[in-house]
Amino acid sequence: MTLTEDPTTTADGPAKEVGNARLRKEDARLITGKTTWTDNMVLPGMLHMAFLRSPVAHATISHLDVSAAKDRPNVVAVYTGQDFKDEQGTIPCAWPVTPDMVNPGHPSIAVDTVNHVGEAVAIVVARTRTAAVDAVEAIDVDYENLPVVLDMEEAVKDGADLVHASTSSNTSYHFVFDAGEAGTGSDTDAAFRDAEVTVSRRFVQQRLIPAFMEPRSAVVGVQGDNYTLWSATQIPHILRVMGALTTGIPEHKLRVVAPDVGGGFGGKLQVCPEEILALLVARRLGKPVKWTETRSESLMTAHHGRDQIQYIDVAAKKDGTVTGLRVRLLADMGAYLRLITPGVPALGAFMFPGIYKFPAYRFECDGVFTNKVPTDAYRGAGRPEATFAIERIMDELAVELDMDPMELRRKNWISAEEFPFTTVAGLEYDSGDYEQATQAALELLGYDELRAEQKRRRESGDPVQLGIGISTFTEMCGLAPSRVLGSLSFGAGGWEQASIRMLPTGKVEVVTGSTPHGQGHETAWSQIVADELGVPFEDVEVLHGDTAISSRGLDTYGSRSLVVGGTAVVKAAEKVVAKARKIAAHLLEASEDDLEFSGGKFSVKGTPGAGLGIQEIALAIFAAHDYPEGIEPSIDAEAAFDPVNFSFPHGTHLCAMEVDTETGFVTIRKYASVDDIGTIVNPIIVEGQMHGGLAQGIAQALYEEAIYDADGNLTTGTFVDYLLPSAADLPTFHTGNTVHAATSNPLGAKGVGEAGCIASTPAVVNAALDAVRHLGVTDIRMPLTPERVWRAIHQGGDGGDRAAEGSNAYGGARTTESGIEEAAQ
Amino acid sequence: MKPPAFEYEAPSTVEDAARLLADGGDDAKLLAGGQSLIPLLNLRFAAPSLLIDLNGVLELAHINEAAGELRIGALVRHSAVAGHALVAERHPLLAEALGYVAHPQIRNRGTIGGTTAHSDPAAEVPVVLLMSDARVIAHSTRGQREIAVDDLFVSIFTTSLEPDEIITEVIIPDRHVEPGTITGSSFQEFARRHGDYAIGGGAAIVELDAEGICRNARVGLLGAGMRPEESKAAAAVLENSTLAEDTVREAARVATAEINPLGNVHGDVQYRREVIREMTFRAVMTAANKAKAGTA
Ligand SMILES: Cc1cc2nc3c(=O)[nH]c(=O)nc-3n(C[C@H](O)[C@H](O)[C@H](O)COP(=O)(O)OP(=O)(O)OC[C@H]3O[C@@H](n4cnc5c(N)ncnc54)[C@H](O)[C@@H]3O)c2cc1C
Repeated sequence: MTLTEDPTTTADGPAKEVGNARLRKEDARLITGKTTWTDNMVLPGMLHMAFLRSPVAHATISHLDVSAAKDRPNVVAVYTGQDFKDEQGTIPCAWPVTPDMVNPGHPSIAVDTVNHVGEAVAIVVARTRTAAVDAVEAIDVDYENLPVVLDMEEAVKDGADLVHASTSSNTSYHFVFDAGEAGTGSDTDAAFRDAEVTVSRRFVQQRLIPAFMEPRSAVVGVQGDNYTLWSATQIPHILRVMGALTTGIPEHKLRVVAPDVGGGFGGKLQVCPEEILALLVARRLGKPVKWTETRSESLMTAHHGRDQIQYIDVAAKKDGTVTGLRVRLLADMGAYLRLITPGVPALGAFMFPGIYKFPAYRFECDGVFTNKVPTDAYRGAGRPEATFAIERIMDELAVELDMDPMELRRKNWISAEEFPFTTVAGLEYDSGDYEQATQAALELLGYDELRAEQKRRRESGDPVQLGIGISTFTEMCGLAPSRVLGSLSFGAGGWEQASIRMLPTGKVEVVTGSTPHGQGHETAWSQIVADELGVPFEDVEVLHGDTAISSRGLDTYGSRSLVVGGTAVVKAAEKVVAKARKIAAHLLEASEDDLEFSGGKFSVKGTPGAGLGIQEIALAIFAAHDYPEGIEPSIDAEAAFDPVNFSFPHGTHLCAMEVDTETGFVTIRKYASVDDIGTIVNPIIVEGQMHGGLAQGIAQALYEEAIYDADGNLTTGTFVDYLLPSAADLPTFHTGNTVHAATSNPLGAKGVGEAGCIASTPAVVNAALDAVRHLGVTDIRMPLTPERVWRAIHQGGDGGDRAAEGSNAYGGARTTESGIEEAAQ
Repeated sequence: MKPPAFEYEAPSTVEDAARLLADGGDDAKLLAGGQSLIPLLNLRFAAPSLLIDLNGVLELAHINEAAGELRIGALVRHSAVAGHALVAERHPLLAEALGYVAHPQIRNRGTIGGTTAHSDPAAEVPVVLLMSDARVIAHSTRGQREIAVDDLFVSIFTTSLEPDEIITEVIIPDRHVEPGTITGSSFQEFARRHGDYAIGGGAAIVELDAEGICRNARVGLLGAGMRPEESKAAAAVLENSTLAEDTVREAARVATAEINPLGNVHGDVQYRREVIREMTFRAVMTAANKAKAGTA
């Protein structure tokens, strides 16, 4: 369902590609795998790396003997941390969120201590992968165990065991945003002092694993002192800079290529220790090397996501008007700081107020070290956590006030007339209409009928109860404004680069700095260029991911590609047209001002028909026999774009949920969402992004959790225990859109990559609670496993006390106590 | 590639396979559908020196009926068992249970001999075989013998097979049915996702006479302990009753009162017991309703 006109039909002029539901041109090769996946790559003489990884969470390496492994057949070399300690540097952390943030450094391979299970301890390099894997078993290693730090609430206490002996506490940083101090809001303490009602909760954001489909893989080619790193990465450009700085290979001697990449979800937004080690090993041996992880390795050692304990308080008047918001987070960094580990919760800091007009707001976050694999970006990065907390506590406030949860939201949300609206967190929301999206979502769900059914089931004491959950969300994305990112101490800008090459035959190459890993850039960019240049969709080829082809770029994450990278393409196309116009004027013997450009053709105003196509001009300027004086013989162009603001998708998500009170099994009965993501370039891609995002957001609510046992072993080390839902486990999604163009880019696009994932989780949990609240249940810990739901119903609490055998999962949520007081202890 | 190195043999007769197994000693392993064995090898939890691939032993791929029994060759795939007309007619519970086994791809490879030899208390087929008084033929160079499945399933991943024995056939006798009764059966299981190994389950076969009295009942439990379980005590509660809801609840309680399911991240002992009780209740109720409706 789309609430706007079919965008392909315009009153006059050629049919537009933008808005057209084009099938994705990259899909055939991606789906069949007949493409340049990194692991498909074979270089002459290529060697293979395999890692010995720590089986213990915290220990000193007391003995390490690799000699037997060296003697195994086909083994070329075996290295330990001692071999690289002077040249491996540290995995870079590009987001020092506070000036005094403690970063103990992150060696790619352990030198004398290991700090999480799965940390690399030795590397075998062999002629075949099998030989490398087999030889790993011949390495002799002893560990002297150190105390294992897993629970953040314990880790921040005075006298707690330390993850890093070099630090004085397990707290990496204390980040504060106070609206009163920032001048964007009033005093939070006063708001709580004067509050008529306050509600406090402690929510747990469990640890998640990005679980991309293609495992990480890296191949390094060596040409003299030049190195090429092919990697299944989201960020070839950033990896090149960081890889150069870390290894000392000069930047101009290092080329990074992300060929086709099979998903990332933030999990490949990283400078991986294995990538650095592949470079170091290739340099040491002067030979090409490859490393491809197994799925077990991936789950255990690639960075994880989420993992926060959230203490949140809301202050309100009795009539439901919210007057203050206070958030304190413990954010699990894991053992080390990776690329943006500390920044993820800080990015969330600005989203806790959501769509509501809080006059006062204070946010504090402690980044905490534990003996687990580091956390970092995972789809939504900071914003799902914030959205969950605010959308959950709005429901709790509604219960406290005995108000309808939608009425409470409506009373407090920003109304359509108030845009642009500067929030208490200092963000300027550009456009939207929460009421319109909500109305549409209510209709899509069939809200009134389901409420009636809920009532019937409740009255008859049906063992299967029904609930409806709401999430009215917004998010900030299109990561972008370089100056704003700078003010947040982010280590890079947020611009994006594109260039357009007009080939002699009229075909078009678009080079984008925004490297895709499955999103469909090739299709969407082709649609944009087809419209801008008036050339056929099929005539456009999109090049990406190779720093030798696309020299500048900042890659794909934070729903930024279309908003920033797509706009850079528009800007480059505008330059191409401007350059072509001069040549057209010359060849048509007309003044530039008299030319109009439409459908790929320049013609003289008033004399349609006669004219010159831009593809013909491409040939003319290739020959360059006849072109105006004083210009260069090229209509190719390049552009960079840096928006002045983020973009703010919003939407209303509604989930109807059945809860079997006898088994605790929850089934989504119906899911409806209406999202405003601004202008839609390709509805199929949008639908796909929404479906995938919804699946992952629902998965956080119901299925996924990375669990460590009391010794710090990852219990959920395979997909038998780390549960991803399949299509069979998910409902039909009823999705729709409202369209309020973004004001920060000419496309009017807001970004859709993360919206579904950000919005859905609280809708699902709110729905389950709505179904069983009358049975005395006030909270259920995520994921809502049948066991937890059953326990919450039959034994009280949130079902999380026995989260799982030997789990680190922070006991039960103590929802009846004040979160803030709890945290202050 | 992922597993440790092993020798590989692909015999085409049971005799050759038996000889290879006898010669291979304790370290030799039979490979059937590979859906349980290969993951163990890939995770390097098992490191056999020799794999004897049964997939070319075509004499193990039959389904016959003889003398009131169904004889299913060990290599018959789950999907073939589930789709067989004789199975649907005589052992609908087996076909229904197989619907819960993993996903189509796995059912197209996994075999009845493999799941029987694997002896996983969370596997569906062994529970049904137990409730059906099935037997297996165990073959070795020393000869062959029949083993009732109740004697075969010893514990988790442990059977009473000797290391040199191959299961060649699973034999399921037709159910003895009293004249004038109608039988209903049901398999109910509970998993977090489609196709997952169950957190727990229950199965029932009930035989109702014209008055609606239960003349015969079998109650099976999935994931209830160290081996597939059948509850005779629950059957006794059901027999000679009209299978009223209260009676069935009592039977389910009796069936699960003493069980000790293995806990893991998806559910601990107590919760699994609750789930198995509820599934057993639902299985008996559904079986009874089917019998009453005459829909088998
Ligand atoms: C993702 C996944 C999900 C699954 N889910 C389920 C499920 O829900 N329920 C379920 O029941 N199963 C499930 N399975 C397992 C599947 O049903 C297996 O096929 C079955 O358990 C073993 O059969 P197989 O033929 O694959 O045996 P194999 O894996 O080849 O062998 C298993 C064991 O039996 C031995 N063996 C095999 N054949 C013989 C024989 N003829 N005589 C003596 N020993 C023999 C082997 O040596 C080995 O030790 C799942 C498997 C996977 C991969």
